[in-house]
Amino acid sequence: MKVTLKVWRQKNGSTPGQFVSYEVDQVSEDMSFFEMLDMLNNSLVRKGEEPISFDHDCREGICGTCGLMINGRAHGPLKGVTTCQLHMRSFSDGDTIVVEPWRARAFPVIRDLIVDRTAFDRIMEAGGYISVRTGGAPDANAIPISKKAADAAFDSAACIGCGACVATCKNSSAMLFTAAKVSQFAVLPQGQVERKERVLNMVAQMDAEGFGACTNTGACEAECPKEISLVNIARLNREFLRASLAG
Amino acid sequence: MMKFDAHIPDGPLAEKWTQHKFNLKLVNPANKRKYTIIVVGTGLAGASAAATLAELGYNILAFSYHESPRRAHSIAAQGGINAAKNYPNDGDSIFRLFYDTIKGGDYRAREANVYRLAEVSNNIIDQCVAQGIPFAREYGGLLDNRSFGGAQVSRTFYAKGQTGQQLLLGAYSALVRQMHAGKVKFHPRHDMLDLVVVDGRARGIITRNLVTGEITAHVADAVILATGGYANVFYLSTNAMASNATASWRAHKRGAAFANPCYTQIHPTCIPVSSEHQSKLTLMSESLRNDGRVWVPKNPGDTRAPNDIPEEDRDYYLERIYPSFGNLVPRDVASRRAKAVCDEGRGVGATGKAVYLDFADVIQRNGRQWVEDKYGNLFDMYQQITGENPYEVPMRIYPAPHYTMGGLWVDYNLMSTIPGLFVLGEANFSDHGANRLGASALMQGLADGYFVIPYTIGGYLAQKPHDSLDTSHEEFTKARKGVEDSLKRLLSIQGDEPVEELHKRLGRILWDYVGMSRNRKGLETALKEIPALREEFWKKARIPGREDEFNPELEKASRVADFMELAELMAQDALHREESCGAHFREEYQTEENEAKRDDEHFAYSANWEFVEVGKPEILHKEELVFENVQLTTRSYK
Amino acid sequence: MNWFFQFMNSSVGKKITMATTGLLLCLYLVIHLFGNLFLYAGPEAFNLYVERLSSLKPLVRVIEVILTLIFVFHIWNALRLTLANRRSSGEISYTEYQAHEVSALSSRFMGVTGSILFIFLVVHLQTIWYTFQTHHQEGQFYAVVTGNQVGFGNPVYAVFYLIAMFLLGFHLKHGFQSAFQTFGIRYNKYGKLIEAIAVIFWLIIPATFATIPIYFGFLKGGF
Repeated sequence: MKVTLKVWRQKNGSTPGQFVSYEVDQVSEDMSFFEMLDMLNNSLVRKGEEPISFDHDCREGICGTCGLMINGRAHGPLKGVTTCQLHMRSFSDGDTIVVEPWRARAFPVIRDLIVDRTAFDRIMEAGGYISVRTGGAPDANAIPISKKAADAAFDSAACIGCGACVATCKNSSAMLFTAAKVSQFAVLPQGQVERKERVLNMVAQMDAEGFGACTNTGACEAECPKEISLVNIARLNREFLRASLAG
Repeated sequence: MMKFDAHIPDGPLAEKWTQHKFNLKLVNPANKRKYTIIVVGTGLAGASAAATLAELGYNILAFSYHESPRRAHSIAAQGGINAAKNYPNDGDSIFRLFYDTIKGGDYRAREANVYRLAEVSNNIIDQCVAQGIPFAREYGGLLDNRSFGGAQVSRTFYAKGQTGQQLLLGAYSALVRQMHAGKVKFHPRHDMLDLVVVDGRARGIITRNLVTGEITAHVADAVILATGGYANVFYLSTNAMASNATASWRAHKRGAAFANPCYTQIHPTCIPVSSEHQSKLTLMSESLRNDGRVWVPKNPGDTRAPNDIPEEDRDYYLERIYPSFGNLVPRDVASRRAKAVCDEGRGVGATGKAVYLDFADVIQRNGRQWVEDKYGNLFDMYQQITGENPYEVPMRIYPAPHYTMGGLWVDYNLMSTIPGLFVLGEANFSDHGANRLGASALMQGLADGYFVIPYTIGGYLAQKPHDSLDTSHEEFTKARKGVEDSLKRLLSIQGDEPVEELHKRLGRILWDYVGMSRNRKGLETALKEIPALREEFWKKARIPGREDEFNPELEKASRVADFMELAELMAQDALHREESCGAHFREEYQTEENEAKRDDEHFAYSANWEFVEVGKPEILHKEELVFENVQLTTRSYK
Repeated sequence: MNWFFQFMNSSVGKKITMATTGLLLCLYLVIHLFGNLFLYAGPEAFNLYVERLSSLKPLVRVIEVILTLIFVFHIWNALRLTLANRRSSGEISYTEYQAHEVSALSSRFMGVTGSILFIFLVVHLQTIWYTFQTHHQEGQFYAVVTGNQVGFGNPVYAVFYLIAMFLLGFHLKHGFQSAFQTFGIRYNKYGKLIEAIAVIFWLIIPATFATIPIYFGFLKGGF
């Protein structure tokens, strides 16, 4: 099949970008979206043009490196997948596909479709950990944790930090990302000691990075490739309220 | 002449590590602040090492070509992590884990290292739970275990099919905590392009900032490489797209010996190649072989749809050849047998390079819901990629390059042949011999990072007082210049072939001749074709853009250039090892029943290669393996 | 007090403030509706109700001041949030953005519905409330409300009132449940209960308000 791509091209963060159209022929429906881009890029290289830069790595939906806005949907039209898991059978012959980078003030463009998501790391630095030194841990079975709590913690911890939540949110809010980590530790006994400081510091850092506030539209949950639930945001809110009001 | 003293401590196996820790010299807390350590790679091994060393007080400079430590490919590990906790009370012990690992590696690993790995395995689980890693639990609130290939006990801890992700995020959390404390300075999107050796000691690295193209020299008192394996040399592998051998290879060219490069593990259950545009292969967890049945048509050229082929025309070849282990034979055996049936023309799918993994029986026996609960996410992933519904038609699977047991040679302290250069995780060669068991890679990465290097690096630094070396030293200037020149050289090629195409061709040579089964003739062909392709690379590659800007094609080219050299060494090593062991299968050395035939008399050593010059055969040095605690036997799964 | 300002200025704190003020306003709606229903009991009952309220003037004034403060706070906070969120989305917006695929309409138009409701509120105060304050002749309140000057007898006001009630329902469709999400109590065992109460607030209350112009304007007023 044949598709037309309208791709955002931008040399670097300090020069303006624009859309450039490319026709890609002989696309097979078994190709992944990225393999289609690889094919286009190789043909650009052969012509001596600069290939389209996009972030990607594991290509199996777990590293969180990839992320494109495809036809106005974060990670493309499917639910619960990352861009690298999207295959061309989701498109039809003759389609025009608009490809844009994540857009948010806190995610400045590095080049073409690549944005800088280090703001996420800084939110994690502010409290996304349990302060335990290597070697000092008690036996792993010393504290039983209910299966329910362990499963809830896992569901939160499944976040891959891809940034789709921010990208799709009309406010560019990082609440789902931050909430997932706050939640994971809030439901585990190990996370109790630093519970208050964690939520306050992580929210403060999230605000300082320039992410917006959550207005509960639920777009993040709808687009999250790991289907992280809004329950996490509710839990963060509760944690924040508790930490702020209690002395 | 290189020295290969492994520095294995004296004494009984079970006391070596304890005694060694006591004997190691210590660096006092005030002095630790004076030392700087470079950590390259921030996956499981690198992140855990950087975090732990920072906690101890050292200053850490950490580097990754990713934007964040959380992107490292450790994150993709599915199955689990082994530990000798014996929580299920099924007879596990440190010695049994040690024994299984040595045996699984087909007796080509160092006893003392493997025993230490088994010994610290329990601490890893404690550490991870304390970090808040949500391992699977039973209703009583205690940790759950499952069984894995190569063991008769249940010792694998897991977090659904995302254990690697959870462990990496745990190590990452420890790392960001130290970044916040200012003890770790993390350099995202930085590629290490050379190692700097001053007066015979590793003293720094040269990096390229991938965003700006800036080349920078960094100085330290010791350098740690935790840069993963080299399975991407095959082009198609289960590795991430950017996984590469550059850091290890450049260290090798600076004098670090490379051990057993031919030990590459081919994982049996991956989604097969569907087109020539395929960029990577996706693993389907080994656990699927618990309930799926592997088969191919009895007759070559049978093109009927799988569900139209009646029972009597099917060959459940693993069950037929290995009646006692059936579909659960180890990875190397399952992979080789799949290749064999496809070579007979009985492979399935459009390419004929796949076998069926059929769940019809278990669905009929236990119901679709049961299968969905157990393997739902894997089935979804399969459908996502292939567009086929595995509940209705059998999965098609084929082996794919997955893990590399070979790597830079290290002694018991994880130090390479270059003093001050330490190598952790998959990047070193130390613990898995000729074949790695499932759920052992995560264990080794974290053992090295959390529990081994923090002690052994102290022992090294305590003997080397901190000095005021800086990057103005001639060796740094020279190395920097070398890196700049090599990038310019790449950009000056001006051919017309994309680097990716050349990489694909390299991969095909390796897959055909240095893949699952090897023979002298094939390896000799590879040793002719690889240098020829390398020459072509340096004439025909086309790399657009400049070196002083963000340039992913240049990154790729610089990595593929190294693969072109490493591939030759793999073939050389495979040719010299005239035996079959673990993942290294030489067709000339097999039993009458087509099983691997080891030659312990002549090859019970690790083959450590010394770099001479590109295009020249490397020099072999042997570290004889001494087995005092286990008996060398032949593995049988019949 | 440092913690208080930190709380109020953090993104989550602002949301909690929105939710709190919003819910208080919802509570006021219930009281307001209770009063309006006296209209159906006839002129005497309604007039008596308003006169009783007038006799509690000091208390009413205090409540009015508090109510005004809540309103101002709700609106000011909304403005703050909207402006900050605009800034967060960066300078370039998506060329293609399929908002309807991922979120509900009501959740994306809180600013628009809120702004129109604000205009309605000003008009409503200027007409009914102001007239009540300045022209309060005993026994005339019912006539003011149902009359054709500023009351529902005037088709323009009646239609405007109906539109406003529709928008109020739309505003609360998102607002009410969203407030509980913000307090973090939407996803526990009370979730179902909250959902049921939400229907009262976004559907039943605005609809009951809307019956008044329909009854007194369209049916009884006969236009």
